[in-house]
Amino acid sequence: MSASYPPLSRKITNVVMLALTGFCTLLVLSVLLTILGYLLWKGASSLNIAFFTKIPAPVGQSGGGVENAIVGTLKLLALASAIGVPIGLLGGIYLSEFAGGWSAFTIRYTTDLLNGVPSVVMGIFVYTLVVLPMHHFSTLAGGVALGIMMIPIALRSTEDFLRAVPRSLREGGLALGASKSETIFTIVIPAAIYGIITGIMLDIARVAGETAPLLFTAFGNLYNSPGWLQPTSSLPVVIYNYAISPYDVWHKQAWAAGFVLLSGLLVISIISRLILARGKKLSHG
Amino acid sequence: MSNAVLATPEVPFESRGLDKKQTWWERLRKGDEVVHLITLAGGWSILVITGLLVQHLWVYSRLSRHAFGWHFLVDSTWDPVNGVFGAWPFVYGTVVTSLLALTIAIPIGLGSAIFLAELAPRKLSNALTFLIELLAAVPSVIYGLIGIFLLIPVLFNVVPYVQKYFGWIPIFNGTFYGVSYFSASIVLAIMVVPFIISISREVLISVPVSQREAMMALGATKWDVTWRAVVPYARQGIMGSIFLSLARALGETMAVTMVIGNVAQVSTSLMAPGYTIAAVIANEFTEATGDLYLHALIELGLVLFVVTMIFNALARLLMLTMKGHEVVG
Amino acid sequence: MKPFDLSQLSRAHEVRFAADESTDEKLPWPQFTVAALNFFYGTHQALKGINLIVPNKRVMAFIGPSGCGKTTLLRTFNRMNETIPGTRVEGSIRLGDKDLFSFPATRLRRVVGMVFQKPSPFPKSIFDNVAYGLRLDPSIRRREIADKVEQSLRRAALWDEVKDKLHQSANGISGGQQQRLCIARALAVEPEVLLLDEPCSALDPISTAKIEDLLFEIKNSCTIVIVTHNMLQAARVADYVGFFLNGELIELNRAKQIFQNPEMQQTQDYITGRFG
Repeated sequence: MSASYPPLSRKITNVVMLALTGFCTLLVLSVLLTILGYLLWKGASSLNIAFFTKIPAPVGQSGGGVENAIVGTLKLLALASAIGVPIGLLGGIYLSEFAGGWSAFTIRYTTDLLNGVPSVVMGIFVYTLVVLPMHHFSTLAGGVALGIMMIPIALRSTEDFLRAVPRSLREGGLALGASKSETIFTIVIPAAIYGIITGIMLDIARVAGETAPLLFTAFGNLYNSPGWLQPTSSLPVVIYNYAISPYDVWHKQAWAAGFVLLSGLLVISIISRLILARGKKLSHG
Repeated sequence: MSNAVLATPEVPFESRGLDKKQTWWERLRKGDEVVHLITLAGGWSILVITGLLVQHLWVYSRLSRHAFGWHFLVDSTWDPVNGVFGAWPFVYGTVVTSLLALTIAIPIGLGSAIFLAELAPRKLSNALTFLIELLAAVPSVIYGLIGIFLLIPVLFNVVPYVQKYFGWIPIFNGTFYGVSYFSASIVLAIMVVPFIISISREVLISVPVSQREAMMALGATKWDVTWRAVVPYARQGIMGSIFLSLARALGETMAVTMVIGNVAQVSTSLMAPGYTIAAVIANEFTEATGDLYLHALIELGLVLFVVTMIFNALARLLMLTMKGHEVVG
Repeated sequence: MKPFDLSQLSRAHEVRFAADESTDEKLPWPQFTVAALNFFYGTHQALKGINLIVPNKRVMAFIGPSGCGKTTLLRTFNRMNETIPGTRVEGSIRLGDKDLFSFPATRLRRVVGMVFQKPSPFPKSIFDNVAYGLRLDPSIRRREIADKVEQSLRRAALWDEVKDKLHQSANGISGGQQQRLCIARALAVEPEVLLLDEPCSALDPISTAKIEDLLFEIKNSCTIVIVTHNMLQAARVADYVGFFLNGELIELNRAKQIFQNPEMQQTQDYITGRFG
């Protein structure tokens, strides 16, 4: 083999193509940084105290805030968790500890499919399920929509983390006279708890930004929404409505709301990763 | 030897509690059946919800299905006032924006995945992948916000130059209003790129070393090895990631609604405003007056559901059949 | 209770195990009496017609090459095999004079404790590990638990090493300590039998020696059945040794006898290393 192998043309292709892949990565990263940077700049400059403490001001007036939307989002997420987390946990336990054969396969596959249902379709579903019978939009309907959307991820991540618990721990429990269910609740779940919590927090962060299913379930509200059966405002819907409005004051509010929403999500995501790291550290001494 | 006498136990077994009758409380506490049943209910509720979802979409779209049949998909008149509903402009817009988005996203995504899997040191690669996956966590509505206030102003500066030189090509001509198929496609491309990168990277990383070494032994360059050995070996997983991204692009709602213009027309030019299925549902659902109108919108949801399910199922199938490699996401 | 008679066993003549005929020593009463035991993983038969007696408060070791069925038999004594789907057991095992399979498995496992090959402390504190079995029984009072934990740790010769860090994670101690913790955990519920499945195979020689010392202490109050790969270990700790090959019990005899003058050719081959 001569020293000039591979031929020059192939060497050039090599360098050019490898450089191109690097360029692609750079491009994606710069888009990411631009988005985050722009949001940070626009959002932070539009923030003030009133944003958190006041409800929206009438059109044309400056000032006002989105306190009702922040409260609305928190209420929606609480309700969604109350629905999605228990079902996801139970289903995850079932898949990892009890189900076998076709039953496990069917549930797993259906869960993955449900996870892929476009959020706007989920909105339609909950509209026909909750809003039509009740004849009006409500926090309840929005919470149900987000709750159903939470189930697939809560279920699959719970299953994955439970599965990762070694068989030796389960046998250790059984050998001490614990029943299967006692082993699950006192050994397997505690051993996987950090992972499960992380999965659920990321799941909450994911649905917190959902907008489409809320448009026709929670709808929106210019004022505070008492109780659970009235339409409610929420951060994502506020961002949408303000962004497509013609008023500059509202655009500023949209940026501020986007900034608050994304910061919230990033904080949740970072905290949950810390929890996972702490769990790993604990279980390895 | 068979008659050897053995001593009796000093402690009779009764005293060990082994023979004691089980109380109902012990039965319940130790009982696995109850836990089994409760968790089973949790698992099966997934099937119930999915069943209900399909049933509701089917039942609540019946008026429209009966009135228009399959013509619903190909008629291009969407006239709520006169009760005529044809979904072609939305179907067209959905297909065009999704395909264009993938055309942009696939090379960039695959290129980045190759860089992150094959070239970058593992530590750097992990850190960058973490950042890129953050991109996937940004809510759709925020992409819309960025699209309206950052992307479209930029496009206003760029598109005139494109039209000056390429305006004779039908897909580039016409007046540019900012909102357009093109803007929507770019936003969609940015949204699906993280999916393609993170799944493809994992698939590429899992390609066995033997595949690379075989090529390297033949004197191949790094690029040759990657392009002719690694990528073909991983193509199933890469296809899977593309189908998953396609399903996501088809069903994406908010970001598209905010930048596509929401005009129910079919245009050859990518610079013209249009509409997608998801966008029309988001815009008109709460304003739908009359049952036929509502049912027509729900039928659009049904169409969207069926199409995204097909691509999701395909993607899952592709990834399932990849030996020993499972991607959850 | 009637005294046991080996003739109660079906095919008792196959039990190659008896009192030394030269002495008047009475055999200890049998902890386990196994008769015509077959065990299947799906269609694979892992145990073939096993008959044997495990004497009370003695150490019995099972030796043999991997896959010979010794661990399977051990796991049948506390019915751990039942947790593996697709397994089937035929024949009879008696615990004392009662059918082993007539008890609820969860209760049986408190009487027949087990320690596994790989140390498997729960990801909890050292104290909680030992207290785990005690807390499963609501009749044991809170105050008793602390005492029993200390007592068990002392029996497992671990107390002095961990008494200052009882509430730290059990994953933080060494492998040998973890295995002794697992023994303490099993001893805490005061089992009558302790099953050990190659308890030292993952440990260094010093930790192994500690555990072997421990077994001598425990055997005053516990019947011990130990599965081991290590013939020297069997020779050191066991009173009786059973040699298994391909799912069959080839020979069961006093340890001294089996290592010095085995009856069967296969046993001779194995202990002289001709099986590898």
